[in-house]
Amino acid sequence: MNATFDISAVVAVLATLMMITRPSAVHGLLYLTVSLLAAALVFFVLGAPFAAALEVIIYAGAIMVLFVFVIMMLNIGDAAALLESAWLKPTAWIGPGLLALLLAIELVGLAASGGIAHPAGAIVSAQTVGIALVGPYMLAVEIASFLLLAALVAAFHLGRAVMRVS
Amino acid sequence: MSRAITAGLLNVVLGLIFLMVAAALLTWIERRLLGFLQDRPGPNRVGPSGVLQVAADGIKLLFKQDWIPPFADPGIFVLAPAISMVTVMLAIAVIPATPVVGIIGNLNVGLLFFLAMSGLGVYSAVLAGWSSNNKYSLLGGMRAAAQMVSYEVFMGLALVGVVMLAGSFNLTTIVHNQLRLWYVVPQFIGFVIFFIGGVAETHRLPFDLPEGESELGAGFHTEYSGMKFGMFFVAEYIGILLVSAMTTVLFLGGWYGPFLPPFVWFGLKTGFFVCFFILLRAALPRPRYDQFMAFGWKLLLPLTLLNILITGALMLGLPAPT
Amino acid sequence: MLSSVRTLWYTFLHLFQRNVTVSYPEQMPYLAPRTRGRIILTRDPDGEERCVSCYLCAVACPVDCISLQKTEADGRWYPEHFRINFSRCIFCGFCEEACPTYAIQLTPDFEMSEYNRQNLVYEKEDLLIAGTGKYPDYNFYRVAGLAVPGKDKGEAAHERPPIDIRSLMP
Repeated sequence: MNATFDISAVVAVLATLMMITRPSAVHGLLYLTVSLLAAALVFFVLGAPFAAALEVIIYAGAIMVLFVFVIMMLNIGDAAALLESAWLKPTAWIGPGLLALLLAIELVGLAASGGIAHPAGAIVSAQTVGIALVGPYMLAVEIASFLLLAALVAAFHLGRAVMRVS
Repeated sequence: MSRAITAGLLNVVLGLIFLMVAAALLTWIERRLLGFLQDRPGPNRVGPSGVLQVAADGIKLLFKQDWIPPFADPGIFVLAPAISMVTVMLAIAVIPATPVVGIIGNLNVGLLFFLAMSGLGVYSAVLAGWSSNNKYSLLGGMRAAAQMVSYEVFMGLALVGVVMLAGSFNLTTIVHNQLRLWYVVPQFIGFVIFFIGGVAETHRLPFDLPEGESELGAGFHTEYSGMKFGMFFVAEYIGILLVSAMTTVLFLGGWYGPFLPPFVWFGLKTGFFVCFFILLRAALPRPRYDQFMAFGWKLLLPLTLLNILITGALMLGLPAPT
Repeated sequence: MLSSVRTLWYTFLHLFQRNVTVSYPEQMPYLAPRTRGRIILTRDPDGEERCVSCYLCAVACPVDCISLQKTEADGRWYPEHFRINFSRCIFCGFCEEACPTYAIQLTPDFEMSEYNRQNLVYEKEDLLIAGTGKYPDYNFYRVAGLAVPGKDKGEAAHERPPIDIRSLMP
């Protein structure tokens, strides 16, 4: 079990690294998908199969597909890649890089102190997740549903407007 | 320990061999049955009543030139058919044919795993369409993405009713709970919508809009030849088996049935749905794309939500059967 | 929705109907007598060639697959050579319609594949048959006013004797 965890964790980190260094957007998205799948495996190993399945269904199976869909339609060529490399001056990336480094140090420190180690074996069932969602996290769920409803109405409105113009 | 691993591997390998043979035979069964439905005999030359047509086709596919177009993205071009094969095969692994026959039929999130794999299956069509660098392929890939992502929603929601009744994501448990009453009776709407979603998910006719040979050439696999095309082809047939088996497990009581051994019952029910797939192909024309999406979002989605609502209300209102 | 279900049912019923196709090489399909297949040249009931080399078939042919050359012997016209390139022929039957003497006819035979394309060019000896084809009694020179050896003017069927135009008598 530990070996599976280690391998998938390493794969997740490597895939994320590859994702941010690929010049082609679609390749980058594919690496991101691999990273998400590896994260799902980590969830599974840590005893949260429900979260793992949701990670694959929602993130890898739906959201990333939509990203790929959009990138496919944009048809980003070499000109866009050149423009992007022109944007990436040290002044632009040094701030976010430092912040990310800070986060990384924090994460390593936490891992070293054993603060986030989850005892593998206690399986988080779907029922537990559901009870948590309508129990302590009720407010967050409601806010998320408000947001989604607003997004739904907005999408419907935009779609209608476009249809009327054409 | 090592004996358990050997047994597991043997199980997987045997399962794969069985699956490949079944999918290959299915191509022949489909063409033959399609022939009969259209008042003609179908392939009947190679071997006894044409069974070896399968072998002939396989040899032909293997000996064809394995060509990658110079304008394609070679890495992803090769990856896409592999994804389509891997996802359907992984998804079929969670199906319990009987309590003892099956690869990981007892997975506690089996149903979600199936949904996850069918969700990942979208990538094969999308990436194939994109990497071919061809207008028609791209259009096919986009149609595939939109179609599969939206029909996955209804498929997943249609299954919520079953999960509520069974109280589990474990497919073996779901079958056990259907000992007295198949879920096709209380969940008839869910059953119909799941099957429609399954047809759309395998992009079979009449929902083969990503391929649409009359408008898009062959859609996302226009540029594919040889065994790479063969992999898409076989994956589609394994997808038929997968959806049929899944419908059997979820709604038709899996292996339960009188007199005959469990595996035979499972095979009969799955075969019924496979034949229904072929009948659909023979009978129905392809809808227009916007009609198809409107059908999904404006009819199936409200129906599934209503189904969940009514199921939940009845489960709360009626006394639980003990 | 309901119509789709009805379509499914009707298609399903086709499972129990007879096949309309036949397993061809083992079981020969029924071909109507006027099926347009291999082209032949026929002879009249007397055993003479019917073709009078009028070139109408060659003119009518939309793919120009007929080639012939007129020659003359004893007052009758014959094709010196008559060549049909069946690798071009589309079996439209226009030549048969154009023929004024029923010489060129299409038969129901269609099994004429060759490995060598050159073998599909049929010469006159390949095309000419011994019989009369679809019109057993028709004989062009017996109904035409043309004088040929053995039949002078006015001796054809339904033909009156020739009028002497230099005579004043009615």
